[in-house]
Amino acid sequence: MTPQPLLARYAEGLFWMARYLERVENLARLIDVTQSFESAGREAEAWYALVRINADEEDFARRGGAATPEAVKRFYLLDADNPTSIPGSMEAARTNARTLRPLISTEMWKGLNQFHRAVMAIAPADLEGDSLSRLCARLKEGIQAHTGITEGTLFRDQGWHFYALGRLIERADQTTRLLDIKYHLLVPAGHEERRLAELTQWGGVLRAAAGYHAFRRVSGASFGAADVVGFLLADGSFPRSVLLSLEEIDRHLTLLRTRYGLRGIARALERAEEMRAALEARTAERIIAEGLHEFLDGLQRDLIQLAAEIGTAFFRDWRPLAAA
Amino acid sequence: MALGGKGNLRGEATVDLHNPDPFAAYDPGRFFCELGAGRAGDQGAGAILRQRIAEIGLAGLRARARAAERDLIDLGITFTVYSDATAIDRILPFDCIPRIITAAEWAHLEAGVRQRVAALNAFLDDIYHRRRIIEEGVVPADLVLGNPNYRPEMEDFPVRFGTYVHICGIDLVRDEEGTFRVLEDNARTPSGVSYVVENRHLMLRAFPDLMEGMRLRPVDDYGMRLRAAMVEIAPAGVDDPRVVLLSPGIYNSAYFEHVFLAREMGVPLVEGADLVVENERVFMRTTAGLRPVHTIYRRIGDDFLDPEVFRPDTMLGVPGLIGAWRRGNVALANAVGTGVADDKAIYAYMPRIIRFYLDEEAILPNVETHICRERDGLAYTLDHLAQLVIKPVGESGGYGITIGPRASAAELEQARAALLADPANWISQPVIGLSVGPTLTEEGLRPRHLDLRPFAVTGRESWVLPGGLSRVALKEGSLIVNSSQGGGSKDTWVLAGETP
Repeated sequence: MTPQPLLARYAEGLFWMARYLERVENLARLIDVTQSFESAGREAEAWYALVRINADEEDFARRGGAATPEAVKRFYLLDADNPTSIPGSMEAARTNARTLRPLISTEMWKGLNQFHRAVMAIAPADLEGDSLSRLCARLKEGIQAHTGITEGTLFRDQGWHFYALGRLIERADQTTRLLDIKYHLLVPAGHEERRLAELTQWGGVLRAAAGYHAFRRVSGASFGAADVVGFLLADGSFPRSVLLSLEEIDRHLTLLRTRYGLRGIARALERAEEMRAALEARTAERIIAEGLHEFLDGLQRDLIQLAAEIGTAFFRDWRPLAAA
Repeated sequence: MALGGKGNLRGEATVDLHNPDPFAAYDPGRFFCELGAGRAGDQGAGAILRQRIAEIGLAGLRARARAAERDLIDLGITFTVYSDATAIDRILPFDCIPRIITAAEWAHLEAGVRQRVAALNAFLDDIYHRRRIIEEGVVPADLVLGNPNYRPEMEDFPVRFGTYVHICGIDLVRDEEGTFRVLEDNARTPSGVSYVVENRHLMLRAFPDLMEGMRLRPVDDYGMRLRAAMVEIAPAGVDDPRVVLLSPGIYNSAYFEHVFLAREMGVPLVEGADLVVENERVFMRTTAGLRPVHTIYRRIGDDFLDPEVFRPDTMLGVPGLIGAWRRGNVALANAVGTGVADDKAIYAYMPRIIRFYLDEEAILPNVETHICRERDGLAYTLDHLAQLVIKPVGESGGYGITIGPRASAAELEQARAALLADPANWISQPVIGLSVGPTLTEEGLRPRHLDLRPFAVTGRESWVLPGGLSRVALKEGSLIVNSSQGGGSKDTWVLAGETP
């Protein structure tokens, strides 16, 4: 049988659905780690870092909220009108899924429908005290269930690759943000007490990325900031590392070319390869010395470019991601 | 007799006091009951079904019906209502008590539907070519040529096999004697077939014990039949024609049905912006560039198909589509301009139209219809206003109807004024005592009025999906079954004939 053509609109929808869902999971991870970073007297600073790394300062200010922890939690967990919130992303994902119903499995649609209902039912009480961590766990599990259903039921034609590309680009982007949140809360080095506090924070970042135990296996008995940064950015086996995401992106793009004969992939492939080379050329120590935040910023910009190149080549009407 | 499982064939009650007979208070009155005891030719299926329903009991029925409705929402088997930019997914209320059609009844209905579709196609072919029927004075010229759904673009344009109406839904009702009558033809873009198939799947999931051993005609192959017809009508000479379903998109209330049909046919569901016309050929935009399209099953109205020919303000259609079609480079189902045939004004002439083209009497009679554009029809209608149903021609969805016996004096006066202002816009019919079926309500099983919409698919030949959509008016005494007016639906069981 000759492979079926894929409507450009469907390719675009799959790409975005995957991105929005990946974002929900990662935002839940970010919120979870932010809560663990709260330290007496610096709660507001810890929560506002979330707004900064998502580049949401303007939107947040426009909503007139004081930068209190409660306002930030509401902004990301309850405010469906905020496109970068969890309900906002979930709504966008479901709208995409609706247009994709002819293509996605019934089980995917059913699962998304149920999860969407759960997300829309998040109540103010879920944001308080120890409920918040449980809420974050439920959100992660909801997306993981979707991921599992998708892995087990989505037909592996072209559409699968566009879905995977969306998820991988978003995942790489979110891992840089997870690292960035740590940067914003970096404590001046020097004092032993602070050094220990910092180690605790790095542990929190690794746990939020579900990488703590894997990291312990590959790292030495003692570890420093550079080890964690190197692991999250460039470990070749950790599923949320930027490097592994880029390798997977490379693989999916190559398959779209070889298996489906899609042209116009060269620029995106080139971009992904450049990014890999840049990662592999620098040690984590050097990245930190030259400025971690600036490096992460550069990665985020490159990912936007990569998405734009995929969009220009294959989607019906490309528009940049509003909140990237 | 291949009926097995629980229940005894005489339908004797074997229920205990903790589970009282849910049919005890069921009384269809003067109406024909679709699940009546001792219906001829039902091979005992009705009695067994009643027995099994009694065994489940009202509480059991309600619990399962609730679970089933939840299932429909999760599966997105819904129509969407939009208000204030929020999408509300509503299900078409599902009643779990099936309706039974016997093998003999179905043979009669199937023949009647085929005949009706053949006549509709012959009529369209004639009015867009030689107009014999007008010449010979059977149908008035202005009813056809003055009809807003008449499309001059169709004149002298050949369609394959002379088929204009590829997908047709014929609305039938059953009167107090049990005679099936045609209430309305739907020859444009009839909807509802997805519920026929999904209702059956739902019954199989939620009520396997009701269905056990019942020998029913299957409904699953609608999509395959439809696709085969779409392939047949593709422009001649195309190998492996590409079929697509053209939908207005997710904001259309019937979007689920479009998804369902695209999936069942295994073809892409496209929107207008996915298609482009170049050199009078239609293409779809894919990741690999433009790919040709040969047949379009369109679920958008004529007016919205092509802004260069019809409404210029529409974003739903495809500029140049009609040009490509007239060049014979793409097939459209249904053809443009079929709305003139399913108009309520033409409906009144259908028995004569069938006789004219097929030289046969109508197998399925019309409901007696008074044509108010004719002097006698108007006079009769005005004299019997309180006994008649007054319907505007050219409307759908049950809107604009006045039911004489239920109308207040003021409503009757309003109808009279409207009739006198524009008689040609109206027809009238006697009130039909629609058949009923037992339906699960708050009070228990109660009779509710039903209709039936069988679906015919026609390429080279017609095929009729066994059964059709049984719609039920959920409100007590209501005769209006439209989903937009509080109707629901039931699974429709066509009994397979006795096997030799």
